[in-house]
Amino acid sequence: MAETLRSWLLTDTPTSRRHAKMSALYKGWLSFRSNTMAMIGLWILIILVLIAFAAPILSPHDPFAQELGNRLQPLWSEGHTLGTDSLGRDILSRLIYGSRITLYIVGLVALIAPITGLLVGTVAGYVGGWTDLALMRITDIFLAFPRLVLALAFVAALGAGIENAVLAISLTAWPPYARIARAETLTIRSSDYISAIRLQGAGALRIITKHIWPLCISSLIVRVTLDMAGIILAAAGLGFLGLGAQPPSPEWGAMISEGRRFILDHWWVATVPGMAIFTVSLAFNLLGDGLRDVLDPKDSEK
Amino acid sequence: MTLLDVENLWVKFPTRQGVFDAVRGVSFTLGRERLGIVGESGSGKSMTGRAILRLIRPPGMVSADQISLEGVDLMQKTEREMRDVRGQRISMVMQDPKFSLNPVMTVGAQIIEAFRLHNKASKSVAYAKALEMLEAVSIRNPERVMRAYPHEMSGGMGQRIMIAMMLIPNPEILIADEPTSALDVSVQRQVLDIIDTLVKDRGMGLIFISHDLNLVADFCDRVLIMYSGRIVEVCDADKLHDAKHPYTRGLLNSLPRLDAPRDRLEVLKRDPAWAEAPSVSARI
Amino acid sequence: MSMLSVKDLNVWFGGGRDRVDAVKSASFDVAEGDSFGIVGESGSGKSTILRAIVGLNPTWTGQILVDGHPVPKRRPKSFYKTVQMVFQDPYASLHPRHSVDQVLGETLFLHGFSDIEARVVKLLDDVGLGRDFRFRYPHQLSGGQRQRVAIARALAPEPRILLLDEPTSALDVSVQAEILNLLTDLRAEHGLTYVMVSHDLSVVGHMCSRLAVMKDGEIVEIMDVADLRAMQAKHPYSQELLAASV
Repeated sequence: MAETLRSWLLTDTPTSRRHAKMSALYKGWLSFRSNTMAMIGLWILIILVLIAFAAPILSPHDPFAQELGNRLQPLWSEGHTLGTDSLGRDILSRLIYGSRITLYIVGLVALIAPITGLLVGTVAGYVGGWTDLALMRITDIFLAFPRLVLALAFVAALGAGIENAVLAISLTAWPPYARIARAETLTIRSSDYISAIRLQGAGALRIITKHIWPLCISSLIVRVTLDMAGIILAAAGLGFLGLGAQPPSPEWGAMISEGRRFILDHWWVATVPGMAIFTVSLAFNLLGDGLRDVLDPKDSEK
Repeated sequence: MTLLDVENLWVKFPTRQGVFDAVRGVSFTLGRERLGIVGESGSGKSMTGRAILRLIRPPGMVSADQISLEGVDLMQKTEREMRDVRGQRISMVMQDPKFSLNPVMTVGAQIIEAFRLHNKASKSVAYAKALEMLEAVSIRNPERVMRAYPHEMSGGMGQRIMIAMMLIPNPEILIADEPTSALDVSVQRQVLDIIDTLVKDRGMGLIFISHDLNLVADFCDRVLIMYSGRIVEVCDADKLHDAKHPYTRGLLNSLPRLDAPRDRLEVLKRDPAWAEAPSVSARI
Repeated sequence: MSMLSVKDLNVWFGGGRDRVDAVKSASFDVAEGDSFGIVGESGSGKSTILRAIVGLNPTWTGQILVDGHPVPKRRPKSFYKTVQMVFQDPYASLHPRHSVDQVLGETLFLHGFSDIEARVVKLLDDVGLGRDFRFRYPHQLSGGQRQRVAIARALAPEPRILLLDEPTSALDVSVQAEILNLLTDLRAEHGLTYVMVSHDLSVVGHMCSRLAVMKDGEIVEIMDVADLRAMQAKHPYSQELLAASV
């Protein structure tokens, strides 16, 4: 039974649109699976999502419960596997709940930035002329903003908080995607297959959405996963400065900030959330590398 | 006298669907003659040329009973020893000079580099030799060409520069992999004449790889026809039109001809037996 | 009555000092149902003429008449129902992410056909590809198969003129024979008019009845294929080209 499903998926002669798409997905999956490092990255991220999902079940304590008599307990203490922080809150529980915040930030930015970049870049690249000039100069303006300065401006204007931090990060993260999308569009635009569809009377909207976007998306996906590390760190940096998640929120960057004062004698308070950030960033990098190997070779396949 | 003796050459590539045999049991000898290797894409002709020079990197696997250059088996040599062979004793000219010449070095710098890699010589001696070589390939203004960059040259000039570069170390064998396919018809003749003169004057052996049957029949002394990694026929070039193997006949008949108009061209019917039969040996 | 008439066509790229004149004062006529060849070396402007006719080159002057009607600067959709093009490189003329079904389906949709399903199947049959190929992606097709899909795409709007830009020069010799036979059959079946560009004189000699020889953007001679076969060219460049091809 499994054997026939496998051969159905690996066929060279698909019998319907769905069959063809599933076959292509399956072959891509097989290719991805052969990359051990990428699979490790994928597993780490799957575990992260599961932890975030099951946070109430998994965490031993309430992440906000303070026990001032139990402050700064070391690792492997009684009842606190990863110790406690300066207010006696269990670090493990805060780490687990903090994963939700990390995923929230990462998810939002991963949606907003590349999509905005794709829109701006492909339109600029395909239409050309004054539209291209105008859009690219707008892109340059946003590219020139240092992330933290923009975040500070937002905080001053709208107040501190995670949503504003996400907005600030997204606004500075989209320009590189616009540039990538524009560069790809310029190359694709002169291809014979685009000329051919123009000869069928296709308008710019159809060409951009149905012909150019599918080709840009793979390089954007790869770029997003590789940027994830930077985005997490940016959120952590904002949290560290007190501009992102506000106390008592268990955001990993904010945890590092709180633990900074104790780094010499109670190093785990800052280091443990730091290790979490490192692991998730590494996982995204590995995933991105694996995706690039799977998605890009097809573009050059003859 | 035999310059090159290739016996039972196999080139394999591992893929997800199993091992793919690009070259299967190819054997031939090369004397001071022009040997043509003809085949369509996927026949293994280019791989054969590269395998001789050991240019196929892992995961590709090359095996042969022997690849002997004047009696010395190249398969036994280390990579370092092969570096002395490449360019110095066996040279290769490839299809498109756009891709085989370094775009960021002047032509002169590249030819001089090619010369000094194999000869201990001062820059001025190398420069003089380079000029000499450019004149030998009928380039009329060699000093100007020495100072120019590859992208400033036309296809025909680029290919002639490539030939000059490859022949400056005075190799014994030249492998030409589709040297005229990227050139216009009028320039093709010039480049072929140059190769012809140089090969004859220096007593070299030439392996001419191409997909163009008629060109090879015109230019070479002996022809090997390859299909699916195997040699299916060997014949003298002037007897090509009397070829016996159905694949060769099929190829000849499927070409449109100005002097023999037809309503429809004959379509080659591929017989799986051609790929399964053993390779015909072209060893003398 | 000529199906396609080109008078004094000039095509250029760039402007001012950087202007490159790719085609200069080209004129020729093609009768309905005829097959007209354009030969020349690379850079002669032969492909540029085709691209200008079909509207891919915005900078041109001169007159182009299709079926007696002059072609306006902005091509209307009806133009593309009459004139279609097959490109040279089969590896570059199909979108890498679209299946054969999508390519043909989209073309039929854009031209306003409603019975798309039936037409896709018929087109695939017409070009000699079976139903097995319908949902394949380009990287699962050989060069010859891709070119057949490109021809099917060009035939989808039921055109009357087909412009062929070196349709077989990227293909193996045996595959070339199949594609040339297919083109011959389709022309007879549908009464099409062909304009075929090639650098290969024997291909043009096989497929066409008249041809134009181009050099450096100019048509130097228009001759019958019979003259070509008899090696009787008038212009010295054509004679050179003939001599080099045999």
